[in-house]
Amino acid sequence: MLAKTLFKRLLQDDRGGDRMLTVLIAVLVVVPVLNLLVPEDSVFHLSTYTVTLLGKYLTFALLAIALDLVWGYCGILSLGHGAFFALGGYAMGMYLMRQIGERGVYGNPELPDFMVFLNWSELPWYWYGFDMFWFAMLMVALVPGLLAFVFGWLAFRSRVTGVYLSIITQALTYALLLAFFRNEMGFGGNNGLTDFKDILGFDLQSDVTRIVLFIASGLTLLGGYLLSRYIVDSKFGRVVIAIRDAEDRARFIGYNVEQYKLWIFVLSAVLAGIAGALYVPQVGIINPGEFSPLNSIELAIWVAIGGRGTLYGAVIGAILVNYAKTYFTGVIPEVWLFALGGLFVVVTLFLPRGLIGIFDKRRKRSREVQA
Amino acid sequence: MKTLDHVRETMRRDQVFDFVAEGRYPLSGFRHTVTPGEIDVSHGTILYVENVTVSFDGFKALNDLSLYIQDGELRCIIGPNGAGKTTMMDVITGKTRPDTGRVYLGQTIDLTRMNETEVAEAGVGRKFQKPTVFPEHTVFQNLELAMKTDKGAWTSLLAHLSAEQLDRIDEVMQLIGLTEQRGMQAKLLSHGQKQWLEIGMLLMHDPRVLLVDEPVAGMTHQEMDRTAELLTQLAGKHSVVVVEHDMDFVRSIARTVTVLHEGSVLAEGSMDDVQQDERVREVYLGS
Amino acid sequence: MSKILITMFCLLLVSLVPMQAMPETDLTADEFAELVSQLHVKSYKEKEAIIKKIATIKDPRKVPILQRMQDGELFYRNADKKIVFREASAEQYRITDVLNNEDLGLVDAGDIKKVKINNKLRRVIRGIIARLRLQDEDAGVRLTAVNNIVKNINASGAALLHDSLPEEQDEDVREAMKTGVALMDVLSEDRPVRIAAIMILGESVLPAARSRLEDILEKDDAGDYVEADAELRQLARKGLDKIESRLNVYQFFETAFFGLSLGSVLLLIAVGLAITFGVMGVINMAHGELMMIGAYTTYVVQLMMPNHIDYSLFVAIPLAFVVAGLFGIAIERSVIRFLYGRPLETLLATFGISLILQQMVRSIFSPLNRSVATPEWMSGSFEINAALSLTYNRFYVIIFSLLVFFFLLALLKKTSLGLQVRAVSQNRPMAKAMGVRSEWVDALTFGLGSGIAGVAGVALSQLTNVGPNLGQTYIIDSFMVVVFGGVGNLWGTLVSAMSLGVFNKFLEPSTGAVLAKILVLVLIILFIQKRPRGMFPQKGRAVEN
Repeated sequence: MLAKTLFKRLLQDDRGGDRMLTVLIAVLVVVPVLNLLVPEDSVFHLSTYTVTLLGKYLTFALLAIALDLVWGYCGILSLGHGAFFALGGYAMGMYLMRQIGERGVYGNPELPDFMVFLNWSELPWYWYGFDMFWFAMLMVALVPGLLAFVFGWLAFRSRVTGVYLSIITQALTYALLLAFFRNEMGFGGNNGLTDFKDILGFDLQSDVTRIVLFIASGLTLLGGYLLSRYIVDSKFGRVVIAIRDAEDRARFIGYNVEQYKLWIFVLSAVLAGIAGALYVPQVGIINPGEFSPLNSIELAIWVAIGGRGTLYGAVIGAILVNYAKTYFTGVIPEVWLFALGGLFVVVTLFLPRGLIGIFDKRRKRSREVQA
Repeated sequence: MKTLDHVRETMRRDQVFDFVAEGRYPLSGFRHTVTPGEIDVSHGTILYVENVTVSFDGFKALNDLSLYIQDGELRCIIGPNGAGKTTMMDVITGKTRPDTGRVYLGQTIDLTRMNETEVAEAGVGRKFQKPTVFPEHTVFQNLELAMKTDKGAWTSLLAHLSAEQLDRIDEVMQLIGLTEQRGMQAKLLSHGQKQWLEIGMLLMHDPRVLLVDEPVAGMTHQEMDRTAELLTQLAGKHSVVVVEHDMDFVRSIARTVTVLHEGSVLAEGSMDDVQQDERVREVYLGS
Repeated sequence: MSKILITMFCLLLVSLVPMQAMPETDLTADEFAELVSQLHVKSYKEKEAIIKKIATIKDPRKVPILQRMQDGELFYRNADKKIVFREASAEQYRITDVLNNEDLGLVDAGDIKKVKINNKLRRVIRGIIARLRLQDEDAGVRLTAVNNIVKNINASGAALLHDSLPEEQDEDVREAMKTGVALMDVLSEDRPVRIAAIMILGESVLPAARSRLEDILEKDDAGDYVEADAELRQLARKGLDKIESRLNVYQFFETAFFGLSLGSVLLLIAVGLAITFGVMGVINMAHGELMMIGAYTTYVVQLMMPNHIDYSLFVAIPLAFVVAGLFGIAIERSVIRFLYGRPLETLLATFGISLILQQMVRSIFSPLNRSVATPEWMSGSFEINAALSLTYNRFYVIIFSLLVFFFLLALLKKTSLGLQVRAVSQNRPMAKAMGVRSEWVDALTFGLGSGIAGVAGVALSQLTNVGPNLGQTYIIDSFMVVVFGGVGNLWGTLVSAMSLGVFNKFLEPSTGAVLAKILVLVLIILFIQKRPRGMFPQKGRAVEN
């Protein structure tokens, strides 16, 4: 009951979000049914592959919300959000690695295969604790959050803004990319972490686990959306928007701009980390490629296409672009980069408010016609 | 030179008054006490700008500028382009650090050690030359954001408006004449309305000193009169410092006028006195 | 240990035999031809005798023939036993007479046979050739010959050097010879000879000299010195210290040189960006791809003039400038001009363009790397001594990047275009009012920055692989350089590029290349926190807002 009223209040002025969440919940119910209950030879059967693909999109949608919070609402274009996503993913990957135990190629109960391969004799200290699920989950939030805190604290305090910030966030993820490629780092180097067996004792390959992961992604997205909605609707959110639009004004009426930026940045990084943690068990691998600056900048285009500054726009953008990517890279791979590049240009030139902007305009016009 | 510095150091207002007047000596009964953060205006002066110099790449935007604003005063500051008016505001509000010199709010608060947020919290409000409001927010929200209250990030996450706060917003809205535009996005307001909204935001913040940079630039005559009325209403309860180019406007509101030239004070007095001043006529009024 | 040395010594003595001095006689050219034509004989003994006779004849054809024989590249025709060189040509071989270079036409592989050679013969020939080279008229040739002998020094080699020493006039060659002799002398039983040798080795920078001295200081398993003579050990220690300190100095110069050349590469890739980003305030993420276009232009130019690779760069540089510049102007006119004042959007849009350009190159040239040839004059290196040699391509990069830099600087400071560019960048409305066609200036400025990127691409094509990802690899580096130096300040870019390059290279020996790069990145990130406007910020009111 309480949940329902909260729901209602949060989505009061958010018709798009309301609709999107309704669709999301419907999908969360229908997809498992189609996968588990409908016989495989039926036309309505959804393969587990498709379910996993959808689950992946949902984690991307959460990541897009995270970026939208800082970019759409606070005007900070972070080109390093892929790094937070990847860090969350690595934390999850480390847990999954430890779960393999003796089933690895070398059968070492303590050390993951790649460490045995590198002739390491014991587990590095930073791998301690990752055999426990709760600890790994804590790290999923804590590691990206802490990095965002330290980085943001330094950057915002010295008033690094605009493109400068974008460039150094890009440098940050680039530095991490190089670092994680190194075998000495202890994260599997080039190959990353993979060959996972199970999560919390459940086989990662089984259909039911896949479905559960899919539902977990959906529910996390739902929770992340509502939390973000609450935040942007609160006075905190209004201040953040105020900072985006007139930073000096906000400062001169007594807001500690740096503090606000820092917290929204940290929160966003944590959300990105959680998205990464849900992504890894579904795709079954995490490697340094996730740190690549290209990923982070592509993420910006999901948000831009959907429409930044509207949370559901980010979700829609993420899902649309990734669906297009799956489709194109499967059918006509040469065209994909042309299409993506073209999207960047078209969206920035003609759709400053993304797809949501088009619909809004059309709705407004039809309302005017009626009136 | 050294002796001069030394004298200056011992005569520094905060320290001198620490020693003589700040109530550290409970036996001297007539001394008043000041709690930290409170503005001490026991000498009638609220803003002290003392020997401030700022240079950019060798160009002195402010040159040993000293200026005093009385509590509750409405002061106009005029001067030709490049006289240092905006830089002076930047220094007072903590945006620019002076090379030398100090700025005190009351007798105890050193503004040159604070950043913009802290200066605003201490009680100095600033209106920019270009009207700066939050365009995506409504008039109501603009005023709400400017309200004097705890502005920490965590508090605002859970903040709700109390009845008194709502009343206060309505009151200010009335004062600036934007009650009808309550729910309108600020970007849709006219130029003059934006200026008033910005002044309204400053009022919500309830500062002791209001720095107003060219409030009537680009306004119609009616708007100008309305603004003049607004500013004179404010004086008394607040100290208002207006930087303005428009002479008619200055004449309509000013009691005391300060003329800046090449980064320091050229003349000070009533509008008539200033206009009589030879040097002022030479550099500014251009006769 | 000493037993081994003695055995070695004995072995060397044996191999010394064929190296005995053989004065050149005045046999005639006919006799030379006669001897050469007998080289097809089966018996190695006979061949050796022939070769030794040949060695005594003064004839310019001697060295090439012997060298070919040594390399197993000397043949004789089955039909008439004529000694020939062969050149691979399609599926057959083209053969030529070794004596008069007469073309003897194409033959099949079965028509000719190799003049066989065994190890002993090989050694004999090597000795003869070495000796001949040592008597060459060109001091450079002699020095190379000495260095070759020293590289694989043995007793016979040392003896040869020792014999040639009195006649040698050139100081450098003498030094090298002495060092070579000392390398063997130090192993002798004669104490004064050893002392003298140790002294000489202390002056050398050869790795071999160092290891000889280290051998003297070696300890056996029990922890005792193998060398009993304490004074000798002390001398060796002193010599070794001398070598070490000298090597350190050379190492320093070498690292500094590497650093400067890396800095020059950074300067090249960043200086175009310093124009578009620094002067115009446009974030051009496609900058890297404009370099890529420059690199591919070089590739195409070389395809079109395959016989003149040496001159290809001189064609490629202006062409790359024009091609990349035109691309830049097209980008500016079609996209960027609508986005002035919206830097984040510009960033995204130009990134989109970079993806398109990459894919375009993939579609046209294939996703694989293309190989771009290096002109002859750029390969090789300038050897200062055995420890320090500087490669020419690095030299040229340093010079070239400075040329480009000063060209740009002059363009901006001295020409009317530069004046207009600066005017527009500082106050657009005012410049417009003064009659500057600001749109035209924007396009040209962007074209200029892009053209410089293209030129940088030509340089990169000589240093790395030319492929569709070439641009991406460098884009972050180039932004870092510009931001670190201070946006809008060309000199800042120069200082920043050079210092980052040198810093990186000095860090590398202790951290490894990747970690050095990471550290530099982290350092720049921290530095920007400290000074958000770089090392040489622009000050003043206009910048503040």
